Amino acid sequence: MSATQLAATARRQAAHAPSGISVQDVSHTYGARGAGTLALDGINIDIEDGEFHCLLGPSGCGKSTLLYLIGGFIPVQSGQISTATGRVTAPGPDRSIVFQNFALFPWKTVRDNVLYGLKKAGFGPAERAERAQRYIDMVHLTGFENAYPSQLSGGMQQRAAIARTLAVDPGILLMDEPFGALDAQTRRVMQEELRAIWRNSRKTVVFVTHDVQEAVFLADRISIMSARPGRVQHVIDVNMPKDRDETILENPEFIQLSEHIWRLVREQAVAATRGAH
Amino acid sequence: MSSTLDAPRSRGPGFSYTLISVLVRFSPVLLLALLWEALGLSGLISQQMLPGFGEIGSAFMSMLLNGDLLYNTARSVGRAATGLAGAIVVGVMLGLLMASFRSARLLFNPIVQIFYPMPKSALIPVVMIWLGLGDSSKILLIFLGCMLPVVVGTYNGARGVNPFLLWSAASLGASRFDVLREVVLPAAMPDILSGCRTALAFSFILMVSSEFVIATDGVGFLISSLGDGGQYPAMFAAIFFVAGIGFAADRTYAAFARRLLRWREA
Repeated sequence: MSATQLAATARRQAAHAPSGISVQDVSHTYGARGAGTLALDGINIDIEDGEFHCLLGPSGCGKSTLLYLIGGFIPVQSGQISTATGRVTAPGPDRSIVFQNFALFPWKTVRDNVLYGLKKAGFGPAERAERAQRYIDMVHLTGFENAYPSQLSGGMQQRAAIARTLAVDPGILLMDEPFGALDAQTRRVMQEELRAIWRNSRKTVVFVTHDVQEAVFLADRISIMSARPGRVQHVIDVNMPKDRDETILENPEFIQLSEHIWRLVREQAVAATRGAH
Repeated sequence: MSSTLDAPRSRGPGFSYTLISVLVRFSPVLLLALLWEALGLSGLISQQMLPGFGEIGSAFMSMLLNGDLLYNTARSVGRAATGLAGAIVVGVMLGLLMASFRSARLLFNPIVQIFYPMPKSALIPVVMIWLGLGDSSKILLIFLGCMLPVVVGTYNGARGVNPFLLWSAASLGASRFDVLREVVLPAAMPDILSGCRTALAFSFILMVSSEFVIATDGVGFLISSLGDGGQYPAMFAAIFFVAGIGFAADRTYAAFARRLLRWREA
């Protein structure tokens, strides 16, 4: 094996290892600097290895922007974001993302969409096929391997996108309201499965949502963000059992915590509405 | 949902039905042909101007048999195909380059905008001065004329790609070049293909019109020399033949494009 191959293998292994994320003094302005809109203002978050972290806040609070910055999709203007592989400057397979919708390659079948990332990750043909099928089965799309995205419902497309991202086994999983477009039942099932997948694979997950119950159900810790400009207003530890299923929804502690967080978020939502007038 | 996936897609209605529907669809063309024949026979327009289809048909057969028609068509189509192929290759690359790099955009965009609406047949004397009367002048003309619709189609398609697709590919480990080849190119394919269809039509126009002016063979040359020699039935036979080839090329292309874009049909 050559030195470059060794380096590539090392990089690939590093991409699968869960990693902490450090966000230091990150601010972000949209539009011309000076005249633009301040979307994020002095964000500091430390996410630990293997943590499930939710970014929760009203729409327009910049939580997706923060996620895109961590993903390396938009350049960091001020402050610094780093992971185990170093400072974030560009997208990379160590930080794979699931978007809210419409991010499947429409000219590829479900199977080819899932295979795409596996090819990039350097898996051999046999392992690629095996992993693709395993993740397609996991999101219950068995039988739809050869369907094009345009032939699937929105929920099925989203499950295929999740399979595509999970199949490459990224150390850090970024999710931008991935269940936002799903119906309530599918959404609940996907939440439970995501939690189970995370429990079994030990990934760091950063999950953006505006749904309080979703955040409390999924997260170890929740960063509650303020209305624009986005700031981290509160960081809440969710001290709930690690294994969670539907029954937790009736747990008094769960209900109490959800209500507490709902009040905190509500303040921000009200502030956002006032700000809009 | 599942029925569209599982059932083999129907190949359409049976042959006899298809034939009837094609006849019905193209009945206006038939009507036009009848009008043509009637006008010639009535003597309202001289038979010289609108020769009957019998005469045209026999002229066609004799040209087909003596090889004039096929030889000249082959010469023409060779030029058009060479120019068009070059235009598609260079046009797609230039369009992608312009969409991806600001510097390329700043350099080429004004040039494209100025030359796009210009009638390319105005370049016939220019390419003749540059490259003389041989094949190369016509190929260059077809290349230049066909390239712009391809560039514009590719550029618009590539600029319009959903950024989430680009980001998804990048976060799955695709390099910048991978993204260009594996995401931007297929995502822009519908616009690229429609640009190429325009280019295909342009290639026929430029092929024939350049051969009228500068050529010693080719269908355009054949048509103009038959016209000059007063052999009108043969001239019309050649015109109809080239029209038929153009139509067949467009239909074949459309079928090919539909096949390439079958992922869009749900």
